[in-house]
Amino acid sequence: MRDLFLFISVFLASTVEAVEALTIVLAVGTTRGWRSTWYGVAAATAALAAFVIVLGPALTVIPINALRLVVGGLLLTFGLQWLRKAILRASGYIPLHDEATIFTKATSAASRVTHSGHKGIIDDWYSFTIAFKGVLLEGLEIAFIVVTFGANQGSIPLAVTGAVVAILVVVAAGLAIHKPLANVPENTLKFVVGIMLTSFGIFWGTEGAGVHWPGSDAALLGVVALMTISAIAQVAWLSRRHARLEARAA
Amino acid sequence: MKYILGFFKFWYHFIVGDDWRIAAGVVLGLCLVALLAHTHATIWWVLPLLVVTMLSLSLWLTTRRH
Repeated sequence: MRDLFLFISVFLASTVEAVEALTIVLAVGTTRGWRSTWYGVAAATAALAAFVIVLGPALTVIPINALRLVVGGLLLTFGLQWLRKAILRASGYIPLHDEATIFTKATSAASRVTHSGHKGIIDDWYSFTIAFKGVLLEGLEIAFIVVTFGANQGSIPLAVTGAVVAILVVVAAGLAIHKPLANVPENTLKFVVGIMLTSFGIFWGTEGAGVHWPGSDAALLGVVALMTISAIAQVAWLSRRHARLEARAA
Repeated sequence: MKYILGFFKFWYHFIVGDDWRIAAGVVLGLCLVALLAHTHATIWWVLPLLVVTMLSLSLWLTTRRH
């Protein structure tokens, strides 16, 4: 069951980040040309692969309880960030993530910059840098999740597979429609990923501290249920509060 | 110096994010659970409860300013 949850979590998290990276790459590529953009994507992908190849096996050397405590803590911090933002978005306190708007802004910024000159094999350093940064920064979250989940569960290949499948699906969809995937329910996915990361963080953090869960692995289901109910309740509470504030301001 | 500061700022933002209190709460919560684990009491419920409380508190403090 843990393996299935691991695969789903990595797949969903990677889908969200890949959609965001794709928007940046498409904006730069369609505006300024694809050659340098692809070089930027390739360089960032190589850097991320190196991160996973070096850090993944290195983490598996750490004793399992210490690893679970540290990784549990990191996943909790990371997951709570995602969940907190998703709850604030769902309740109307911060705007929803909109790929179409981001694409328009990035396209407009890319078209305003003059050609930055040919140096070496790179035709256009602007395209290279923006694509590199976009893929590296969004991809770093994927790499982090792959390494922590994979090392903890002893299944780095499974975590990598989840990420690669998600990236391939997103890239194939992006290439097919040649515009950002604005219809992907990104905010809902972030909500689900936030719940999964937080639940795994709680589960592994507690195990790493030396505490046994009643029902062993099945307890993970209970933690996921608790976090889901709590997050939905918080959205309902904050939405009501936000609506009251809006009504008072009107 | 600028690059070193930028490096640390990036990782701070990457891991800690917008609300440092959550990160601090996670560290304190895990330390508490690790300490309580030595008492052999039934404490598996401590971290889930702390996390839900922490998240609610962080959301309340953030939205209070609106």
